Amino acid sequence: MNKEEIINSLLSDIKSIKTIKEVNDLKVKYLGKKGLVTSLTKNMRDLSEDERRLVGKDLNELKQQVTEKLDEVLIRFQEEELNKKLEMEKIDVTLPGISLPIGSPNILEKLIEDLEELFMGMGYDVKEGPEVEEDLYNFELLNLPKGHPARDAQDTFYTKDDTLLLRSQTSPVQVRTMLSMENKEAIRIICPGKVYRRDDDDATHSHQFTQMEGLLVDKDISLADLKGTFDIVAKHLFGNDRETRFRPSFYPFTEPSVELDISCFNCGGKGCHICKGTGWITVGGAGLIHPKVLENGGYDSNIWGGFAFGFGIERLAMLKYGITDVRTFYTTDLRVMNTFDRRES
Amino acid sequence: MAISVSWINDYVDTTGVDLNELALKITKAGINIEAVNSKRIDNLVIGKVLECSNHPDSDHLHVLKVDVGSEIYQIVCGASNVSCGIKVIVALPGAVLPGDFVIKESTIRGVTSCGMVCALFELGKEEKTEENYNKGIHIVEDDVEVGTDANVYLGFDDVSYELDLNPNRFDCNNHIPFSYEVAAVLGKKVKLPDVSYTKINEDVNKYMKLKVETKNCTMYNLKMVTDVKVGPSPDFIKNRLELAGMRSINNVVDISNYVMLEYGQPLHFFDKEKVGDTILVRMANEKEKIKTLDKVERTLSSDDIVITDGKKPICIAGVMGGYDSSVDDNTKTIVIESAIFNPYNVRYTSINHNLRSEASLRYEKGLNYEYCNMAIERSCHLLEKYAGAKVLDKTICYDEVEKSKKCVKVDLKDINNLLGLILTVDDCKKSLDGLGFSYINDGDIFDITIPNRRLDVINHVNDMAEEVGRLYGYDSIVGKLPKVLSKPGRYTGTSGLRKDISKRLRAMGLNEARTYLLVSEELNEMFKYNRGNSITLLKPMSDDKKIIRQTLIPSLLKVVDYNNARGVKDILLYEIANVYFDDDKEDTLVSALMTGNYMIEGWHGVNKMVDFYLIKGIVCNLLDYLGFKNRYTFIKKENDGLHPGISASILLDREEIGFIGKVHPLISKNDIYVFEFSMKKVFDKKVKALKYKEVSKYPSVVKDLAFIVKEEISSDQVIDAIRKSGGRLLKDINVFDVYKGENIDNNLKSLAFSLTFMDDTRTLTEEEVMDVFNKIIKSVCEKLDAKLRDK
Repeated sequence: MNKEEIINSLLSDIKSIKTIKEVNDLKVKYLGKKGLVTSLTKNMRDLSEDERRLVGKDLNELKQQVTEKLDEVLIRFQEEELNKKLEMEKIDVTLPGISLPIGSPNILEKLIEDLEELFMGMGYDVKEGPEVEEDLYNFELLNLPKGHPARDAQDTFYTKDDTLLLRSQTSPVQVRTMLSMENKEAIRIICPGKVYRRDDDDATHSHQFTQMEGLLVDKDISLADLKGTFDIVAKHLFGNDRETRFRPSFYPFTEPSVELDISCFNCGGKGCHICKGTGWITVGGAGLIHPKVLENGGYDSNIWGGFAFGFGIERLAMLKYGITDVRTFYTTDLRVMNTFDRRES
Repeated sequence: MAISVSWINDYVDTTGVDLNELALKITKAGINIEAVNSKRIDNLVIGKVLECSNHPDSDHLHVLKVDVGSEIYQIVCGASNVSCGIKVIVALPGAVLPGDFVIKESTIRGVTSCGMVCALFELGKEEKTEENYNKGIHIVEDDVEVGTDANVYLGFDDVSYELDLNPNRFDCNNHIPFSYEVAAVLGKKVKLPDVSYTKINEDVNKYMKLKVETKNCTMYNLKMVTDVKVGPSPDFIKNRLELAGMRSINNVVDISNYVMLEYGQPLHFFDKEKVGDTILVRMANEKEKIKTLDKVERTLSSDDIVITDGKKPICIAGVMGGYDSSVDDNTKTIVIESAIFNPYNVRYTSINHNLRSEASLRYEKGLNYEYCNMAIERSCHLLEKYAGAKVLDKTICYDEVEKSKKCVKVDLKDINNLLGLILTVDDCKKSLDGLGFSYINDGDIFDITIPNRRLDVINHVNDMAEEVGRLYGYDSIVGKLPKVLSKPGRYTGTSGLRKDISKRLRAMGLNEARTYLLVSEELNEMFKYNRGNSITLLKPMSDDKKIIRQTLIPSLLKVVDYNNARGVKDILLYEIANVYFDDDKEDTLVSALMTGNYMIEGWHGVNKMVDFYLIKGIVCNLLDYLGFKNRYTFIKKENDGLHPGISASILLDREEIGFIGKVHPLISKNDIYVFEFSMKKVFDKKVKALKYKEVSKYPSVVKDLAFIVKEEISSDQVIDAIRKSGGRLLKDINVFDVYKGENIDNNLKSLAFSLTFMDDTRTLTEEEVMDVFNKIIKSVCEKLDAKLRDK
């Protein structure tokens, strides 16, 4: 076959093949050791050098032509094959993904962790204290002497005569911390924890609940410092447009004592069912540390001062998330819990 | 308690003051007024019936012509006791009666009616009972002027403040102490009531002797009045008591209550004829008896203070009078007691006998001796005026009250430094004047004397700051952050570890439960494992909250029940909480419970049921995370509440820290797996600082082999034997198959391991590896009577 015949034969062969293997067979047929193109080189020996060069060039062109044609087909076939494979592998992407187990936090813990981060950012240490507490720390050293109405046996669970009890507030950690400071240095702590009171459980009462106490002992501390600190908490929890106010109040371990109010996040202060028409919501209690408590903690109240504050975590969570039954925090209904496994917006 | 504003007006002039605004100001100053109430009904007048004829179209209705002063109205009335000439209360169109009943002009069976003639129960003055209904319309006394506001007649013109007081200011439940707050807010001064009366020329000492034998009575004043006429109280007393929430009994009893509501000092009246000539105050004898006013015989204890007639108790001091010495309708001569008793005793007694009253609540808060003196005088004034009493000369007094004055010298600068405000000397003076705090002022220095009625205030600058600050108002405080040393905040004690464990368990898909510390006895016993005595509450509220728990597992099982009942079956829980064992040692437990699917089977067929090895994997993952890799083991150990064949102890550094296993089928039919360990024990273990370790550059060689061993041989035993004979080149052992069944004898099993060999400094040769490998095979086979199955 001459050059032209080979090309024609190749084109006709290509038309009739369908697979990659057939392409490879054609490669052998034309370019293999005994292939049609190769066979043309057999007569080369008989030619002069000049002729040989000429024919050689010609043959190389032919080889190249054949290779190109076959590669073209090969690529086309490979593409077709891949497309066919991809088409076969397609899936229904709307079918559900595999559900991984959800590890949700308890709502109260979620809020506590949030507040801990906020306060640690302001230099407060997180401290814990015992839940079975001595009367001394829970009451006596907090300026609640025996017989004080607030420490009524009606309200507190005693475990051993009148000396041991289930703490009714997180405030004992205040005195414990002050007493533990050997060099009587400045203090900044928060103490989240469980507390217990003799209440029958219902939608708004719980015999076990959660408080977070805060204590700052330092020099030249005023109610303005307390207000600035409270502003940060109020805005962090309930939005940047919250306003705060103090209302005079009473706690045995602070003097002056104040209630911590925020402007109602629901109505913005106009008055609604959540703020009972007042435009304000009480979220905690606070005050300047009572001089007697400072003295009880071993601090000279003529030099040292400071403030203390306390939040009911259940109350904060109920307000923040619109929960109406305090038992929600203690039943661990996974249907509820799992909705709380997400970051705040 | 409620405060009558008209009553307050006796002591501080409030004319022209907006009472709602006043209430807001007082609340802002720290005395919480919860509600401002008024019974006032507009368009309610006194009328006189000029004509009364029968309704043309009814057998019981009347058609009246009523003069209401300005006009004459035609009113249809159905009451049977209506008649011509009587004075009545008329609700004119526009009046709104209780129950939102609006009076309108209407036509009743063809006759126009312009209003309604009222019965007292229709106005909310009396209760709506059949008896009151049958009384018909109220007939007004003839001396009441026609056309006047019926609200005045009914006592409905008053406004009451309902209080919600802080416990330090219960004194404000009484009108005189409350009026100081009003005065301070309004910038006025308090005028105390009239206590004058005419004494008769008879000395009380001639008739009565007083002896006080207990230190628990610090003051006892005794006076006597005679010729008392018991009868109804005047309207203003009735109305005011009613508004404050007390019932009117008769003029004498009402006066004692009235004075109590003025000063806060309870009084007690004895019928002189019934008590003889001696009053002896002492502690009760054990088992002594008294029949109290409510006709109940009560047994006393030696912690109760009693008033006696020298022999037998006639009154439980501060709590309730005796029946046999009480004032009745025929009483002529009264012995008046105004006393101060130890608040704690009164509190104890009133709680113990379940007799808490307005009086005992006041004694419990402690009393001011000045008011104790004033109140007895005031009662004589009122008894003379409203019960015709003649007051005997002299007062018998026992007075052991400590009377040191509470004085404090403060610098206004210090007050401002505490409040974060800038008060002026005048601001300070204004507050102190209104509150009745006397002072000497020199520049910024105030030398203040705290009035005796303010038992809650101590002589310290903080207390003074509060008094002036609350009246000035805290609204102008500008918040700032404290100027303190900058430092990072951190978790202290076990709190940081607790957070890390909590977050890790959550990351592995466990949900954080929060259950109660107090449990029932049965619940605590369920998984009791050698934790010593538990703490039982002294006075539990109920059996299910009686004991401080020693394990969290039973509480978590209850969470399973709760969720199962709501259709949730796949439950993965953990809780970290405190427990108490060996009486009062505190520990913190990390507990978890898993049941159902870990991963839920879907259309794709992927699922993972919880089993022992899954929950064990969780424990291992957690302990590895905490830095304890290769320091813990699990050894088989039976445990109350757990499946005997599927339970183990968790050992950390060979110390038992907790348990793991399947809940016993007798406790739950479901496949429930649990673990619980002591966080304190974990916290106490030291962990090396985290350091980078270079990965070996040389290849590792992995060889697999399987042994056939007796069934009772544990995987750990084989691994232990492999490790001991493997030397330093053996880096890792992994169990990849456990097989029982075909080709293996019944009491045997096959355990397959893959062993990884490596040297950090060079490439190992095949011969070296095979040497060690063969040594391992030989050693395991000899030690554990094992056979090599495969390699």
